[in-house]
Amino acid sequence: MKYLQLIINGIWHRNPVLIIGIGLCPTLAVTTSVSNALWMTLAATFVLVSSNILVSSIKNIVPSHIRIPIFITIIAAFVIVVELTLKAFQPEVDKALGIFIPLIVVNCIILGRAEEFAQKNTIISSLFDGIGMGLGLGFALILLALFREVLGANKLLGYTLFPGMEPSLMMIMAPGAFFTLAFILWAMNAIKYRQNK
Amino acid sequence: MEIKVLFMILISTIFINNYVLSQMLGLCPFCGVSKKIDSAIGMGVAVIFVMGMASFITYLAYKYLLVPYEIVYLRTLTFILIIASLVQLVEMIIEKTSPPLYQALGIFLPLITTNCAILGVTVLNIESGFITAELGLLKTVVQGIGAGIGFTLALLLMAGIRERLEAADVPENLKGLPITFIVAGLLALAFLGFSGMKI
Repeated sequence: MKYLQLIINGIWHRNPVLIIGIGLCPTLAVTTSVSNALWMTLAATFVLVSSNILVSSIKNIVPSHIRIPIFITIIAAFVIVVELTLKAFQPEVDKALGIFIPLIVVNCIILGRAEEFAQKNTIISSLFDGIGMGLGLGFALILLALFREVLGANKLLGYTLFPGMEPSLMMIMAPGAFFTLAFILWAMNAIKYRQNK
Repeated sequence: MEIKVLFMILISTIFINNYVLSQMLGLCPFCGVSKKIDSAIGMGVAVIFVMGMASFITYLAYKYLLVPYEIVYLRTLTFILIIASLVQLVEMIIEKTSPPLYQALGIFLPLITTNCAILGVTVLNIESGFITAELGLLKTVVQGIGAGIGFTLALLLMAGIRERLEAADVPENLKGLPITFIVAGLLALAFLGFSGMKI
C-alpha cells in the first residue's frame, strides 16, 4: 500500500514536471513527437531507478560532504550505459534525441531524488519512488508531445491524422513548446485551485 | 578570413541558435533567476565565464586525453566532473582574490553545475567537429562565450519583462510559471525571426 502511494505521488501529487517544475529542459526539447517522448521517458526512468537503487544501497558508507560528486558520478555512469545501448540498438532514436541523452546527467529530477529520497530510504521504497517519478515525467512528456505532434505535424505516432490539413509548424518549434507547457501548467493550477476551494 | 568565421559562430550562437530560446537548454536558471535584473546580470556573467572556461578545458581533455587513449565513450562522465570541479575552483579563486565579485556572483556559482546549458555547450562543441578543424580551440572558446552571451541576453530580456509583470494584473491561476512560459514563448517567437538571417 505504501509503495502504491509512492507511485501515485510521483504521477500526480508530487509530479516532478507539472507540480514541482523541475527537469524542464528535456521536457520541452524532446516532445516534438510522442515516440521521442516515450523513448526519453524510458531512458530517464532507467537512469532514475538504477541510480535510486544504488544510492540507497550505499547510503551508509557515503561521507556526507562529498555525496554530490559521488551521486553525479553514479548517474553519469548509468547515462553512459543508456547512451551506448541506444547507439548500438536504436541509432535513429539516438539521432532524434541528440544531446538530450547525455544531458540526462544534469536532469534535476534524478539528482533531486537521490538527494531528497534515496539517501534516506530503503532500497525497495527507492525503487518504487524511481518508478513513480519516472511515470510522472512520462505523463508530462506524453501529454505535451500529444498536443505538439497533433497540432504541429498533423500526425500521431508517425501516422497522418487529417489528410489535407496544413499543420502549424510553430508547435513543433521552440515557441510551441513554451506555449503548450504554459497552458498545461495553467490547467494544473486551475485544478489545484478548485480542489482547495 | 578566420575572423569572419569566428564572427559567424558568435552571431549564430547568440541570435540564431540561442541556447535558451531556440535550443531550450538552461531553462531552470532561466525561470529561477529571472525575477530581478540585478541577479540576472550576476548569473549571466558567471555563466559566460564558466562556459568559456569549460569549453577550453573540455576541448583539451577530449583531444589530448580521451581520443589518444580511446575512451571517448566516457565523454559525459569526464565533462560533468570537469565542470563540477571547475565551478568549485572558480568559486574558491574568486573568494580569495576578489571579495566584491564573490559577493555578486557567489550564490550563482553552485547553481551553475546543474545548468544543462553548460554541459550542453561542451557536448555540442565536440559534435560541431571542432576537434579536427583548423583553429579548433579558438572556435570552441568563441562558441562557448557566444552561448553564454546568448543565455545572458535571454535572461536579461526575461528579467526586464518580469519586473514589469509584477505590476500587471495577471489572472490568479496564470501567476508564476505559466505566465513566465507564455512570455518565453513570445520571446522565442521573436527569436525565430533570426533564423532567416543569411550570413
